[in-house]
Amino acid sequence: MSDNDINEVEHLSCDVLVIGAGGAGLRAAVEARLAGKSVIVISKSLFGKAHTVMAEGGAAAAMGNVNANDNWQVHFRDTMRGGKFLNNYRMAELHAQEAPDRIWELETYGALFDRTADGRISQRNFGGHEYPRLAHVGDRTGLELIRTLQQKLVSLQQDDEAAGESRDRLQVIDETTITELFTAGGAVKGAFGYRRGTGRFMAIAAPAIVLATGGIGRSFKVTSNSWEYTGDGHALALRAGAKLINMEFIQFHPTGMVWPPSVRGILVTESVRGDGGVLKNSDGERFMFGYIPEVFKAQYADNPDEADRWYTDPDHNRRPPELLPRDEVARAINAEVKAGRGTEHGGVYLDIASRRSAEYIRERLPSMHHQFKELADVDITAAPMEVGPTCHYIMGGIEVDADTTASAVAGLFAAGEVSGGMHGSNRLGGNSLSDLLVFGKRAGEYAAAHASAAESPKLSEAEIAAAVEDALRPFGNDGENPYALQDAMQQINGRLVGIIRRAGELEEALTELAALEERIANVTAIGGRAYNPGWHLALDLRNMYVCSVATAMAALERDESRGGHTREDAPGMDPQWRKVNLVASLEDGAVRLERKAVPAMTPELLGLFEQTELSKYMTPEEYQSSPTEEESR
Amino acid sequence: MSERTFRVWRGDADGGEFAEFDVAVNEGEVILDVVHRIQAEQAPDLAVRWNCKAGKCGSCSAEVNGMPRLMCMTRMNLFEEGQTVTITPLRTFPVVRDLVTDVSFNYEKARSMPAFAPPEGLQPGEYRMQQVDVERSQEFRKCIECFLCQNTCHVVRDHEENKPPFSGPRLFIRAAELDMHPLDARADRREQAQDDQGLGLCNITKCCTEVCPEHIKITDNAIIPMKERVAGDRYDPLVWLGRKIFRKDKAAKAE
Repeated sequence: MSDNDINEVEHLSCDVLVIGAGGAGLRAAVEARLAGKSVIVISKSLFGKAHTVMAEGGAAAAMGNVNANDNWQVHFRDTMRGGKFLNNYRMAELHAQEAPDRIWELETYGALFDRTADGRISQRNFGGHEYPRLAHVGDRTGLELIRTLQQKLVSLQQDDEAAGESRDRLQVIDETTITELFTAGGAVKGAFGYRRGTGRFMAIAAPAIVLATGGIGRSFKVTSNSWEYTGDGHALALRAGAKLINMEFIQFHPTGMVWPPSVRGILVTESVRGDGGVLKNSDGERFMFGYIPEVFKAQYADNPDEADRWYTDPDHNRRPPELLPRDEVARAINAEVKAGRGTEHGGVYLDIASRRSAEYIRERLPSMHHQFKELADVDITAAPMEVGPTCHYIMGGIEVDADTTASAVAGLFAAGEVSGGMHGSNRLGGNSLSDLLVFGKRAGEYAAAHASAAESPKLSEAEIAAAVEDALRPFGNDGENPYALQDAMQQINGRLVGIIRRAGELEEALTELAALEERIANVTAIGGRAYNPGWHLALDLRNMYVCSVATAMAALERDESRGGHTREDAPGMDPQWRKVNLVASLEDGAVRLERKAVPAMTPELLGLFEQTELSKYMTPEEYQSSPTEEESR
Repeated sequence: MSERTFRVWRGDADGGEFAEFDVAVNEGEVILDVVHRIQAEQAPDLAVRWNCKAGKCGSCSAEVNGMPRLMCMTRMNLFEEGQTVTITPLRTFPVVRDLVTDVSFNYEKARSMPAFAPPEGLQPGEYRMQQVDVERSQEFRKCIECFLCQNTCHVVRDHEENKPPFSGPRLFIRAAELDMHPLDARADRREQAQDDQGLGLCNITKCCTEVCPEHIKITDNAIIPMKERVAGDRYDPLVWLGRKIFRKDKAAKAE
């Protein structure tokens, strides 16, 4: 491509622009195209490589194939419990009601889930779900989902071709990053970005935009997330005038690999502990016995002998403390490392090798054994693993209307991990894949409807020129290497805004982050514009920065512990805080935080819970206004 | 930790050359870790494509000492201490920059591959299939689209002229997957593979199977069965007669 081409901004337009090509984005695109709209999907990576492929467990949907007692009300209850009742109840309700249809329709696109004996979609048990509920394909459910949607998009393209429609009715533009949204009068009207391969800029006029960009995990040093997870959608929404909620709630999995570096952050499934694995510190001590909270003492063994008997006789012995809830285990690991009893690489040992035969381990944990052998040459049957908490998922995200997925900015919609509210303070495993199907579909549907009623927007030369200048700035700067700055930010977040938080440390984090702002503004890229990862990272940094600030501010403000937010200096849930969402917005370039009421559940939905359960989360005035179980049934 | 020498191909469609980097390598690292260190410390603009770094997305395909591999799954301890490691882009596809190639060939071939055809009369939620029947297709759906099989296949590796008529192993397993799908309504998957995808150009050298990081038995479980059945059908006089009388794609599926 000649220089002339590169310097000319490519102009495109469509009815619905979908930013993000993971499960939520692709499902939105399918729906918008089926509604007759012209659609462009922007993919930061190649088509079909999105982070959705990493999902292993499955997609939760109350189809009742394995246990007929399951229904949407039970799924709704489990979701609200998992989120500690901070969820947007309407999102949780829609999600539970619509997930089965979203799974079944994937079969009509060609998906092949594992089956029950009578030929229906099989469903597996998972933490927090009362019945077997996760539709799955072995441990590669996310890959099946992304491939199915990818192939559905291609089939819609083939339908268009057969019908004589032009190719631009449904386009996937891959390896392209959006750096800016254009707005006018409180509504979106388009987006600006660059093709990674050539560095050529692109301006897309669109009256409706769906953000489906995933999460923020790359702001943390140890994460299970891929490089794309730089909070682009969160930051684009903020800058366009939309709001973020619940940014303090981040799910850390207690046992991610910390060593060797080839597998840092990769999850070690809980079953390693369920099958006999124990946690040890650098003194060789099985330390979890010292971390059993008062409320769990009845269920968890306080000595190794009893704990070890549990594996074969669970009825007469208490459970090993390694099987305490995720946040308790993560807190204990964190405390051991901070007390100087961590491993050389900042984790603790997870040892199953010295406790079970190699044969047993290979039989019970085949994929774990295979994965670490292939990726890291670590033989889990021969040596302990080094593990620690890894950043996994952000519950917080763009504040949306539950039914339409609309943000505060007209024409701007959001679905999947980038949106907030659905999971409250903590997400249940399996609820992410179903979330992105349910709300991806809704986002596509309502974005299409919005586009039908809107006029075709025009982008001005001036706003495009300003976006070009912003994007090229790193080439003219004389500051630091983007990789060093990313590392600095990851260090701050990992050290001070991680799984266990304290007010003093969060203040420190905000001070240190503020000191980074100037350095990020002056970040420098060298080389040309064609496929230049240093330049790409330089542009991603400001997104990671603004998300990190929003998280640290909200974490400082919320002085209680709930779900994915643990404050060592404010333990326990406070019913007053349950009523509050922390809402972040951008004002003159600075993050501003305000408190807003969590939507109150309808009496019908409150009636699905026992009052004794509600009393653990709510103030008496809230749950006593609910009808009794009998009345609502 | 040791200092090791890496030769990395740098350039674009107009040509390029090897750049040599002396890099610290830590115990337990893979090639992609080393490439990231080169980026962070020596060449921030070094182009490399990657995503999950866990062997699940199939983005970081390249050739390491001439072998097609995922960089995230190539451990440094496979190489001798003191051995220079050479990393080059996939040879079969045009170079975009450095280690990144233009793999759009594969997406174009996928675009001309007829999609799953849902069975008529079955509503969502009414699909019934046995595990043993879906497993055959599931093997092929493990594919992470790393395109190492496409890159390795000698039909196109040094033969640009074969690219238009030849879809390659990735798309052959897609055809096999749909052919073996218990509820796919099309009955012409094998013929389509033979006539439109260039299955006949494959002469079963199994190179594709050897490089597959998902260990899919591409040749044995997809290509050979499809070739056999195509051949069987074409030389069976009754089937030949049947095809003369009924249009194959309108006929009901045998199973």
